[in-house]
Amino acid sequence: MRWLQNHPHFLELNYSIVNRILALFDRWLVPGGITEQILINLELMIKGPIFDCRMCGQCVLHDTGMTCPMTCPKNMRNGPCGGVLLDGNCEIFPEKPCIWVQAWQRSARMVDYKEHILQIRPPLNNQLQGTSAWINDLNQDIPLRPRGWQS
Amino acid sequence: MKSGSRLERVLRSGRFAVTAELNPPDSADPQAVYDRALVLAEVCDAINATDASGANVHMSSVGMCALLTRAGYEPIMQVSCRDRNRIAIQGDLLGAAAMGVRNVLCLTGDGVQTGDQPEAKGVFDLDSISLLRTARTLTDQGRFLSGRKLDVKPRFFLGGASNPFVPPFDFRPQRLIMKVKAGADFIQTQYCFDVPRLQNFIDAFRQLDLDETVYILVGVGPLRSARAALWMRANIPGVVIPDGIIDRLSGVPPSKQQAEGKQICVEIIEQVREIEGVCGVHVMAYRQEELVAEIIEEAGLLPRRWQYRRDKSKPSQEKAK
Repeated sequence: MRWLQNHPHFLELNYSIVNRILALFDRWLVPGGITEQILINLELMIKGPIFDCRMCGQCVLHDTGMTCPMTCPKNMRNGPCGGVLLDGNCEIFPEKPCIWVQAWQRSARMVDYKEHILQIRPPLNNQLQGTSAWINDLNQDIPLRPRGWQS
Repeated sequence: MKSGSRLERVLRSGRFAVTAELNPPDSADPQAVYDRALVLAEVCDAINATDASGANVHMSSVGMCALLTRAGYEPIMQVSCRDRNRIAIQGDLLGAAAMGVRNVLCLTGDGVQTGDQPEAKGVFDLDSISLLRTARTLTDQGRFLSGRKLDVKPRFFLGGASNPFVPPFDFRPQRLIMKVKAGADFIQTQYCFDVPRLQNFIDAFRQLDLDETVYILVGVGPLRSARAALWMRANIPGVVIPDGIIDRLSGVPPSKQQAEGKQICVEIIEQVREIEGVCGVHVMAYRQEELVAEIIEEAGLLPRRWQYRRDKSKPSQEKAK
């Protein structure tokens, strides 16, 4: 699975394709109900093993070098903190690599979403925890940023 | 001038700024804060009130700022995202502005695991960049994150932190840009013991496109001894001390190591002052506040109060150097 993440171009292509396919069905992809349950399980099965997905419900993988920012112990969504060790490991779990060091290296290998890592991401909507990120992404009504957030 | 901050005035006037860190007491006695502030205030433009740095609990930064503003000092209130969610932080920011706090340093904060109460729950509802943007929403839009309007906007000179000395090195200048875009007016860096690395960082940063102005203050501080330096390197996340510095400290007898550490600090200040793009220094002297005044004086950065006199005989920038 690491291999997949270290070849993020394949994953970003996948993302674009899945996104386009799902968009065709967006009429049926609504929050609540059986379709969301199915998608949640699907996401758990796919993103779980590959990305160690935490089901935050607002996936930004393609923006962050196909590395899940929720696996950072500080849940940082806007880049690495200042505590990264000199060997590139985490200050809190020194035996683990800093996920933002990995995200930075991987995003450099991406083509379509390479620059996205430098975007400023809004804070999490904690209400979306456990819901389907794919549905949330397609639905305009679901607030992925605070109402007063200036982007 | 958007904030009414003294620090902002110093930086905008082009003078080399000095800030210093006030170590919060483990005490309910306000005098403990005033005693420490007194030695710092004479030699710096603003005093950083830390927010449980290293995830160790001390008097809160809000509490210290209340005391400092009451006595007419100029604090920089550090706000970390570790202990409070967005509701608490926005409320504290409004309260701080009402007390007269004009400078805020937005930090993510060290993980709870690094402190003396690792059993605590880390909050991290925001991160440093979304916190900067949140504070900017309050000051510029006059709104909470929810979009609800404020009756009166707070005014802040907003700061962020940067650590040029840890990986991923080529991300660091870009991340500084992200912080400026999110709302940072000034940056205070982590301890600098590696001037060439800092120079590379500043050069890389200056090559990137940036419309906004940002003032960079370089973090410096005296090392008490070679042993203390080794301890800091091993235990304080983000502090990088090259072997050369430790060798230099252990090269002198233990009784003289504190003086040597101070001398190294003075030399680093003199070196970073020469770097174009460095607008000031931020002195962090953990449990050595009494040294701060000596360091700032020996680095030739005194007196600090000329700029506030409104008479025409104000010394020129050249004379100050």
